[in-house]
Amino acid sequence: MKGKGKVRSTPKGRVVDPQALEQVRALLGAEPRRRDLLIEHLHRINDRYGHLSAAHLAALAQEMQLALTEVYEVATFYHHFDVVKEGDTPPPALTVRVCDSIACELAGSEALLARLPAILGKQVRVLHAPCVGRCEVAPCVVVGQNPIGNATVEAVRKAVASKETSCAKTRYIDFAAYRKAGGYRLLADCLAGKHTREGMTKIIEDSGLRGLGGAGFPVGRKWKSVAAEPEPRLMAVNIDEGEPGTFKDRWYLERDPHRFLEGMLVAAWAAGVSEVYIYLRDEYAGCRAILEKELARLKKNPPCALPPIQLRRGAGAYICGEESAMIESIEGKRGMPRLRPPYVAQVGLFGRPTLEHNMETVYWVREIVEKGAPWFAGQGRNGRSGLRSFSVSGRVKQPGVHLAPAGITIVELIDEYCGGMLDGHAFYGYLPGGASGGILPASKGDIPLDFDTLQPHGCFIGSAAIVIFSDRDKAAKAAVNLMKFFHDESCGQCTPCRVGTAKALKLMEARKWDQPLLGELSQAMMDASICGLGQAAPNPALTVMKYFPQEVG
Amino acid sequence: MERVTTQQLAMMPIEFTLNGKSVIGRPDETIIECAKKNGVEIPHLCYKPGLRADGNCRACVVEIKGERALAPSCCRYPKAGMEVTTNNSRAVLSQKMVLELLLSDMPETAYTRDNELDAWAKKLSVGKPRFESRKQPKADLSHPAIAVNLDACIQCTRCLRACREEQVNDVIGYAFRGEHSKIVFDFDDPMGASTCVACGECVQACPTGALMPAREAGLEKIDKTVDSVCPFCGVGCLLTYHVNTQQNVIKFVNGKDGPSNHNRLCVKGRYGFDYAAHPQRLTQPLIRRPGFPKTAHFKTDPANWSEVFREASWEEALELAASGLKKIREQDRYALAGFGSAKGSNEEAYLFQKLVRTGFGTNNVDHCTRLCHASSVVALLEGIGSGAVSNQVNDVENAEVIFLIGANPTSNHPVAATWMKNAAKRGAKLIYADPRRGDLSRHAWRMLQFNPDTDVALLNAMIHTIIEENLVNESFVKDRTSGFEALKQNAKNYSPEKMAPICGIPAETIRECARAFATSKGSMILWGMGISQHVHGTDNARCLIALCLMTGQVGKPGSGLHPLRGQNNVQGASDSGLIPMMYPDYQRVAMPEAKARFEKFWGAELDPKPGLTVVEIVNAAYDGKIRGMYIMGENPAMSDPDVEHARAGMAKLEHLVVQDIFLTETCYLADVVLPATAWPEKTGTVTNTDRMVQLGRKAVEPPGDAREDFWILVELGRRLGLDWKYQHPKEVFNEMRGCMDSIRGITWERLERDSSVTYPCENEGDAGTPVVFTEVFPTPTGRAKFVPADLIPADERPDDEYPMVLITGRQLEHWHTGAMTRRSGVLDAIEPEPVASLHPLEIEKLGIKAGDLVTVESRRGKIALYARADAGTPRGAVFIPFAFYEAAANLLTNPVLDPFGKIPEFKYCAVRLTKGGARPGDPGYGKGRSLTQLYG
Repeated sequence: MKGKGKVRSTPKGRVVDPQALEQVRALLGAEPRRRDLLIEHLHRINDRYGHLSAAHLAALAQEMQLALTEVYEVATFYHHFDVVKEGDTPPPALTVRVCDSIACELAGSEALLARLPAILGKQVRVLHAPCVGRCEVAPCVVVGQNPIGNATVEAVRKAVASKETSCAKTRYIDFAAYRKAGGYRLLADCLAGKHTREGMTKIIEDSGLRGLGGAGFPVGRKWKSVAAEPEPRLMAVNIDEGEPGTFKDRWYLERDPHRFLEGMLVAAWAAGVSEVYIYLRDEYAGCRAILEKELARLKKNPPCALPPIQLRRGAGAYICGEESAMIESIEGKRGMPRLRPPYVAQVGLFGRPTLEHNMETVYWVREIVEKGAPWFAGQGRNGRSGLRSFSVSGRVKQPGVHLAPAGITIVELIDEYCGGMLDGHAFYGYLPGGASGGILPASKGDIPLDFDTLQPHGCFIGSAAIVIFSDRDKAAKAAVNLMKFFHDESCGQCTPCRVGTAKALKLMEARKWDQPLLGELSQAMMDASICGLGQAAPNPALTVMKYFPQEVG
Repeated sequence: MERVTTQQLAMMPIEFTLNGKSVIGRPDETIIECAKKNGVEIPHLCYKPGLRADGNCRACVVEIKGERALAPSCCRYPKAGMEVTTNNSRAVLSQKMVLELLLSDMPETAYTRDNELDAWAKKLSVGKPRFESRKQPKADLSHPAIAVNLDACIQCTRCLRACREEQVNDVIGYAFRGEHSKIVFDFDDPMGASTCVACGECVQACPTGALMPAREAGLEKIDKTVDSVCPFCGVGCLLTYHVNTQQNVIKFVNGKDGPSNHNRLCVKGRYGFDYAAHPQRLTQPLIRRPGFPKTAHFKTDPANWSEVFREASWEEALELAASGLKKIREQDRYALAGFGSAKGSNEEAYLFQKLVRTGFGTNNVDHCTRLCHASSVVALLEGIGSGAVSNQVNDVENAEVIFLIGANPTSNHPVAATWMKNAAKRGAKLIYADPRRGDLSRHAWRMLQFNPDTDVALLNAMIHTIIEENLVNESFVKDRTSGFEALKQNAKNYSPEKMAPICGIPAETIRECARAFATSKGSMILWGMGISQHVHGTDNARCLIALCLMTGQVGKPGSGLHPLRGQNNVQGASDSGLIPMMYPDYQRVAMPEAKARFEKFWGAELDPKPGLTVVEIVNAAYDGKIRGMYIMGENPAMSDPDVEHARAGMAKLEHLVVQDIFLTETCYLADVVLPATAWPEKTGTVTNTDRMVQLGRKAVEPPGDAREDFWILVELGRRLGLDWKYQHPKEVFNEMRGCMDSIRGITWERLERDSSVTYPCENEGDAGTPVVFTEVFPTPTGRAKFVPADLIPADERPDDEYPMVLITGRQLEHWHTGAMTRRSGVLDAIEPEPVASLHPLEIEKLGIKAGDLVTVESRRGKIALYARADAGTPRGAVFIPFAFYEAAANLLTNPVLDPFGKIPEFKYCAVRLTKGGARPGDPGYGKGRSLTQLYG
């Protein structure tokens, strides 16, 4: 009888393949093996090999002194990483991502998604993708890293055939041009002692500038509270612009990147920050190229002493736009939001007090200082103050980023800034604040759009992403699209959001909604979810039941 | 008015409102804890005392006035004036909705009798869930110990925190995202194919039965739980046996909150208990059939022994056992010897040595401490006056630097390793020095994979650095030590630069480690048999002692010397006097006062001559000088070096009495075999590596006519003419207190109450002393002594004929000679076959593949076994665990002894490897077959 026992020919678990280890070592070169660089290193492998093989992941784990599972759980969290286990087929070299977020769905992404796989063939992988941040040219399809606006099957086919897979370069104000026009003088003045930190903070406080990522926290107050914390303090800039309908950060980055960088550095100086991390969503490959290039130029010819600036790349996860999830991601982990308290201003990145800002927030710093706080505070309409960059998409003639007074109504915005509704479309309803901000009917077209003004209506402005619906659209269908998005993007940490989004979606896909149950579930999601994603996910459903009852009755 | 310190402020009571009632809380106590104290129950699932609160399930949300959303009461602390409501409609709606959402995804099948989700749902009257169920994942039954049924998983991550934050085995992850988020092992591998070490901490943590003991053990009827101590290693984990009394069987085991383990266990402790119920247990005394030859070349078949033995009554067997010993005693008492056991209780060890000393009339009594830490003990007694540890393992929590050398605790002291990993995670610098790169290396600040046999070179280079770089703690050296000058002179010859090529560690790395060790606030040394089992084992330990003394890293928390003891009671057996040159409590046989004390205490005349040690006794048997032996619970026919020689020696004995629970290899050479009790079948104390005296309690009845060792000892003692009237182990323990100052203050009643007391505990009521040597050393002068060491090479270095080095040791699943663990279904299923670990390049060199057979041969013997590719094994070496009869590593080992500790050089001898060989045979008790397969 042959020995019945099973002999294990290696220690328990996966054994590192020496060849894969060599490949990983070669790719990483002299880069540090620090844990917080895990996602960066995963990108290196994914970029080079088109996927993350189990062999490479095991080798990376050994190289970084991490457990296998620590690498795997991070790699599988982010949608831009393709983990391929032994015996599985790697994905085709080219991936085409069809944005199916709300603006693109209105513009016909469903048809593209249905038709493209057959047309492009097996050599190309067609995936649906959450908002790629180009709603002004919906529908958008990204071929490799090349975003094709107002996409047609033909345009996509052509790009694939001609291997146009990288992002087209845009014209922007580069380092030289920016400096020539007086750029970085403010920063140099700050460091030269021509401003005080307190004075600078006071200007920003007086301007009434609030966080433009969506939460609207007063900027000056944030600087003060971080500055009061013990050193070392860090700064994290959020350019994980993923809220469906939002594209203002990209818009500004593609035009005037140094205005953002200077604002960021002034903020860092004012709050006494010693190191700055910029977190950029992976979808913005074009912006990444710009930032890499311009940061190199800035560092090569610094106008004054600069703190270390790290550019970190997201990997396809909406949740990383949530400030604490972003911090987790910068630390090389799964982007799961932290419980608060403690707040990131006290315990943030690497456990240090952290100044966390949306990109656009600091973009305004230079102009406010140059023109004075009253200039900014003096803007506004309908009793509101300041300026807002509205990302407008949907059924209007001129979608795009429109800088308009805070407090403008939707009707004013459509008429004065967007060239009116598309021909043949009548205004039916709108998203005042991206996917999370709820859905309002045309009858609520006279509400001033600003922080704090929409809450009484069950909505909020968030990042000022406006999507306009017409009489050809259904609010309920939009709500399903948004719930699908939240379901896809929930991090999976807490029950109300992880299970709640799944169950809510099922209920909403029914022809007739079980409104009492959906209402009860929504209440628990809003009350008991850890972060804003789960708390806001029911907003579209709730506002549809409230303002569009005829659609779901 | 006095100012309040921040710390005092942080501990000030806090008044807040709970459900409208004013309550007093503490700033370090969460709302859920405070509510519980005030009789307010809040549902919770992901929260489990002992694990970091994670706040992910949201079942425990409460309303805090002024806050927009509800707050998880398991993660929030009260603030003065806070108004908390746990039971209004808003809070309850969310609590119930969370339970309902989770319930809607629960399977029909129950995997546990104790589902926390069901319990809370019932309490809160959550009815049938109104949501459609998710698509359920498939069961993963790939692991012999643990069933994974993720259809019952609620993603609370208690298992993950248990695996990663408690045990730090880092196998369980939370992968994917959103609804697809999933508990995974490694790369979402089947648990049985993953790096899982089956510590079972995840099972203990799971609230819904998604992780359970395999084969539905969790659904078994339990009608008794018994708190006891783990019978395997020296860590001494407290555990709870879950027993079905009708079947007289332990169904499963959970960790208990003992001081050394805090609910943690390893695979052996949690899943290795079924050996006691193995059908091959001895149930009747056996007597050797007349004329059946004794030879070193026997073939074991523990299931079928009738050719060799016949069954006998206790009366007959005891009579025969005693008369055989008596006969030899009357001719030449020096021809008798006894091996006690470090697997028995303190009371048994004490009685055993008392039996030999007063019944045989000599000091020829020893036990397996000789084979594990004898050299460490010699060096410690010589240097600091005590053989026990100075600091307890989990004191690593207070250390800045942990210097671990010659040990593989993730396999051999798994729960002790968890404290080291916890410390490393918290930021302590772990310096891990071992020729084999083990699992712990991932947590190491510096891994020193030095060349085998070069311990003294490495350690002297560290000593040299500390002197040269003026890092010596001068005042400690001056006030508390002697002999430093000699060490200093000696160390001059050992610069790191000179030693680097010898030990294989770069000089700068040695210096860096020496600096870190010398300058930290607390540096602790822990070592294992990689240090002790060499001809220079005592020298190795001397160097470690010198390192601690010269830097003052002893006598304070987070510092000191800790030889990791192997057996569950090797500390206690040594303390109790199972040592040929020591009475209980290390009182020297050669010291007339000690002899006089014990003569008076025992009322018997004692032999003034220290006795022979283990290997000496076996050699004397071979030479015909030892003719009769009594062996209790030891298996020298497997554990001794050059075991063929040892077996031949024992085969020559005129009379051999063996007392054991299985028919071990040693039993095959016996004239009388006495069936004894397994650990869960008796009551008694054992002393762990931390000097904790701990109480084991009887959980099940012994099988057949097997008897408690205690009873057998008393009966044999009487038949040898001793006036023994002991009725219960506690009487023996009380006698021990009378002659062992270290435990004088420990009462049996206190052990019954507390389960564990640390000695020294000299007076009743003393708390016990975890850290010793804080002011003086227990030497005649009160000072510790430096003893310099020089390089002594291993006895048998590789040469052209035998070019490789053999290192022996243990593996996680198998305990020592395998008598117990190879009869445990789970442990055997995980490691059923003998393996030789080799570096992948050595395997390539042999022209074989991992998993193929390889023959390993030394000057003393030859075995064939399966090659295992392990990049952690150094080039030029092979590692073989000694638990496998069919490929017994000790057929190869070199019986040469350390001159001071008399410990054999198990860690080093020369071998040669050839491809192929005979497939290892079947010892008759396992090899991955289930018990059903084996016995129908």
